[in-house]
Amino acid sequence: MPSYLQASLVAGMVAAASVTCSSQGYGASTAAGVNPRGQVLSLSCAGCHGTDGKSASIIPSIYGKSAEYIESALKDFKSGARVSTVMARHAKGYSDEEIHLIAEYFGSVGKKTGKTGGRK
Amino acid sequence: MSSISRRDFNKLLLAGSAGVAFGVFGSGSQGFAAQKRVVVIGGGFGGAATAKYLKKLDPSITVTLVEPKAAYATCPFSNWVLADLRTMPQITQTYSALAHRHGIKVIGDTATAIDPVKGTVTLKGGRTLGYDRLVVSPGIDFKWSAIEGYSQALAESKMPHAYQAGVQTQLLHKQLHAMKDGGTVLICPPANPFRCPPGPYERASLVAHYLKKKKPNSKVIILDPKEKFSKQGLFTKGWQRLYPGMIEWRGATTGGKILSVDGAAMTVKTDLGEVKGDVINIIPPQKAGQIAFTAGLTDESGWCPVNPMSFESTIHKNIHVIGDACKAGAMPKSGFAASSQGKVAAAAIVMLLRGQEPAPPSLVNTCYSLVGTDYGISVAGVYQFTANGIVEIPGSGGLTPIDASDDQLAQEAMFAEGWYTNIVRDIWG
Repeated sequence: MPSYLQASLVAGMVAAASVTCSSQGYGASTAAGVNPRGQVLSLSCAGCHGTDGKSASIIPSIYGKSAEYIESALKDFKSGARVSTVMARHAKGYSDEEIHLIAEYFGSVGKKTGKTGGRK
Repeated sequence: MSSISRRDFNKLLLAGSAGVAFGVFGSGSQGFAAQKRVVVIGGGFGGAATAKYLKKLDPSITVTLVEPKAAYATCPFSNWVLADLRTMPQITQTYSALAHRHGIKVIGDTATAIDPVKGTVTLKGGRTLGYDRLVVSPGIDFKWSAIEGYSQALAESKMPHAYQAGVQTQLLHKQLHAMKDGGTVLICPPANPFRCPPGPYERASLVAHYLKKKKPNSKVIILDPKEKFSKQGLFTKGWQRLYPGMIEWRGATTGGKILSVDGAAMTVKTDLGEVKGDVINIIPPQKAGQIAFTAGLTDESGWCPVNPMSFESTIHKNIHVIGDACKAGAMPKSGFAASSQGKVAAAAIVMLLRGQEPAPPSLVNTCYSLVGTDYGISVAGVYQFTANGIVEIPGSGGLTPIDASDDQLAQEAMFAEGWYTNIVRDIWG
């Protein structure tokens, strides 16, 4: 199977899962305890992955994934262990500490709205 | 979905700048004295993103968005419209979600003056808005007199720029479809810097895509004052593979530099002679949108200098300039970059209104271009703020590999569509 078909299948599954948690409002991102640096780093991701990482398209959702999952995925994109079109080019722009902050932010966004926290 | 029906689209186009207003503005005075007021001028990728993220990050702020158009056709994907891969309604965004879902006061009017001392914005309709912080995101304006013989009137009749999407896109689309087989399309990009660096070359690609199908004896000639252009290797390879012999690029030293145009004769004069076109697309040199000049926010370059920490103007305090109009170092003038800057500005404004220091900015850009259906390419950038301004982080970003497989190119074409769906929802949804 071509790699892009595999990617779209995964993306489709993620998108289907995230439909149930659309129109949740923004509660999480304004909650106390959000690291402002982590937030600023993470807002960029929405430009492709959707607001709060909720994708409405073939691009995979980040919303609802655990911090551990996001951190390992970004590190794998950065090292090239995980094959991608554009993600390696993005991931190489962040230090491991910044990747940790981004992962922490998205991990908390999914959890605090209380729908799909921690899904791997 | 954020796209609208054709009927609504036409209605909205007619509404134009008739002073349409949405939302709940006019609900009395400025509210409680403690309530912070941010006014955003311009409802494009930069301004609309700033307005939405200000509310998202701090719902207590009163956010007012001033935008004359009731419907905003995006420049991204407008080239797809030229090749009949999208319709105008599909690339047209409205402000109803920002007004009704997110509590932003949307005013359908044009900002005509800014008083940075008093902290007020004057609108064409006569109202004056007070602000604690102002965001100016006016996009581009054209230097009409830069090319002899060219004018706004000529752009609106015979030689469209189609570099602000909407009626200009429709005019170029109409001309391409009316052209006879065997005709020549001239695309004439400006020198750097300008909005959407890969835009003219994606346009050449998608015009060729249309011509190959419908008018296969036709030709596209790009007359370019530059020595090189964005994603050049990738575009050139794609043109050879998909449209052999159809697209010719002439650069600075090979007759690409335009001296004048003649609307009656439908010719373009270059330093190496005259070129005749059946369809002529002139993309004129650009400068920051008008209000940036009126408010004295520009420098000698015609763009607006800013502090990259917060995108606050280095000329006037409490005014932030984002998007195409600002000078953002290594970042290109793109819709994605504008929205990224808008989010950084929004986060910084929230902190500044609380008397706190903004977090260091994180800026990103991704520009997808379609060379053909199933053939996408991209450039990505991650940026940081250093003593030298906004610079690309070494080792990050870059282009689609020149030897990308057909699978990868098809995947990038799909991601381009996915990107558009998500970014317009992120900003206007």
